[in-house]
Amino acid sequence: MTPLLALSTGVLFATGMYMLLRRSIVKILIGLVLMGHGANLLILTSAGILRGSPPLIPQGEERIADAHADPLPQALILTAIVISFAIVSFACVLVKRAYEIAGTDDTEAMRSSELPIGSDPGGADT
Amino acid sequence: MSAQLLITLPVLIPITGAVLCILAWRSTHAQRAINLTASLALLAAAILLVMRTSAGEIPTVRLGAWPAPVAINFIGDAFSAIMVLLNAIVAVAGALYALGATPKAHERSGYHPLMLSLIGACSGAFTTGDLFNLYVWFEVMLLSSFVLLSLGGSRPQLESAVKYVTLNLLSSFLFLSAIGLTYALVGTLNLAAIAERLAASEDRSLFTPVIGLLLVGFGIKGGLFPFFFWLPASYHTPSPVVSGVFAGLLTKVGVYAIIRTTQLFAPGWSIDGGVIAHALIWISGLTMVTGVLGAAVQQDMRRILSFHIVSQVGYMVMGLAIAGVAFDSAQAPGIDPAQRTALMGAGALALTGTVFYILHHIIVKANLFFVAGIVEQLEGTGELPRIGGLYKRRPLLAALFFIPAMSLSGIPILSGFWGKFILVRAGLESGADIIVAVSLAVSLATLFSMTKIWANVFWAPPPPASPNDTQRPTSPTIAPPTPARTACMYTACGAMALVTIAIGFGAGFAVDLAETAGAQLTDPTPYIQALLPTDAPTDIELTAGEVTP
Repeated sequence: MTPLLALSTGVLFATGMYMLLRRSIVKILIGLVLMGHGANLLILTSAGILRGSPPLIPQGEERIADAHADPLPQALILTAIVISFAIVSFACVLVKRAYEIAGTDDTEAMRSSELPIGSDPGGADT
Repeated sequence: MSAQLLITLPVLIPITGAVLCILAWRSTHAQRAINLTASLALLAAAILLVMRTSAGEIPTVRLGAWPAPVAINFIGDAFSAIMVLLNAIVAVAGALYALGATPKAHERSGYHPLMLSLIGACSGAFTTGDLFNLYVWFEVMLLSSFVLLSLGGSRPQLESAVKYVTLNLLSSFLFLSAIGLTYALVGTLNLAAIAERLAASEDRSLFTPVIGLLLVGFGIKGGLFPFFFWLPASYHTPSPVVSGVFAGLLTKVGVYAIIRTTQLFAPGWSIDGGVIAHALIWISGLTMVTGVLGAAVQQDMRRILSFHIVSQVGYMVMGLAIAGVAFDSAQAPGIDPAQRTALMGAGALALTGTVFYILHHIIVKANLFFVAGIVEQLEGTGELPRIGGLYKRRPLLAALFFIPAMSLSGIPILSGFWGKFILVRAGLESGADIIVAVSLAVSLATLFSMTKIWANVFWAPPPPASPNDTQRPTSPTIAPPTPARTACMYTACGAMALVTIAIGFGAGFAVDLAETAGAQLTDPTPYIQALLPTDAPTDIELTAGEVTP
């Protein structure tokens, strides 16, 4: 299981990075989502995967005797998922607004804040 | 006040203020009052905290009375306390300045609660003792900053926000991956527990790439050399109070995280044979040079100042790198004991210099952006060729610009001089001559940039009104000027200029503070013991990392 998860993490990071390098802002957004999934999967894998051993203390005992799955990384991932959900929702709205205002989804044409003052930033409303 | 309550206050006060602001959503007047009150309360708490920590005490709290390695914790050593104090000073100045600078529309869209949650998140990042909580505070800070950056929604703001959001999210994911790898290798995320286990482990070489990943993540947030491009693309676009607070605080949170993690996780920098320290020397040099050269070609006040943030961050990392190289050479086998002591002393001095530099820089940089905001409010633009003659019309404003600008370039007596003096001395003592020469050259180029603004904005005659400019230009991100508004903004800038002068003339006090912080960074044992007391109950076993499938 672990090699498979490791491979999936790698694929998610690679595809995420590829999408981040595209010029369309929507594709960049998809790249960010993929990278986020990759990071979460990495945390899950890094704690070690155990089959069928939940971290539950049997009734009447104080602690778990056997090796068990580590619950902490899952709590971490849960937090990370909530955070990235909020941020990706914000990023979706931002991308839509930026597309409406700039009239383009091409990052090459979205440079009005970087170009020298007075130069033509490109896009639809120029 | 109990130490446990005191250390939670820097987070508690602003977050409570943010909640109150949301409850008072309809009344911008109430929100303003809450923002100002919460910022002043934060300042009081921060001063108390600095007084407690400067005596060597390290207040710690573990929430919910959980035992040490698993509890959510807050810890304030001298370095954290200084950062919280700076955070509070910027918050107060920002709240005051916002009375005059923030347009009504921004206030109705939630400027005040967002700013307070940003300040609270910065406090949290400065006082947390847990790697994952650091990530959470980073995210709270980023989310507030995303919205603050795009408040108003003009084209440059949204376009720069896309870049800002993308690169900062990328850095968050790298940081998150580094957290996962740390957990896999070390089995805990408590900063002190990581430091202890790393120091005890035989083979630390596996951890070097993780530190590298952490440094890339923090380097993006801190605006270091190959990763800084989001910064000059975005910091000049929002409302001036937002850029001022961002310029003062946000990159420094990244720098804080770099200093904290490297000092804790790389004991004596022996972890990797000084690879990271030497890499940081290069990075800091390139950061300083590219930042200052980028500023030289710009023709807009806030754009010039944005590039200077990059170059100034280089100075801070240079201090850390000099310390790293000194500590690393002190570990060399067969080194003369006297020379070893000298090198350790130079390293501690470099860390003192770094803390002092941050102390000086946050105040000065926020102040410069605030002054640039006043100029933009009065003139409608920050473009150098379109303004002039302000020295004659506004001598007080000229003085308010002159003080932080000269301090930034390191003119003697003002605060920047002492920061550079300590760093240069530490660099020479530890034999890092080349980087010291680079930093001095960059300092000269900074003076050139500041002189350029001074000559154009204040001394040059006003440009002749061109026929196209029948109307006075207005900036959509700044409230139109009124005497009351201008008075608020002048007061905020004046107060910060006074702090700069106080740091410069009362350098002894500030250096003592920085020295305490530098000593605690050099030898993090008290920090580790405060965070992970040895008498803590040990029946909690951290099984992760030892589980073999």
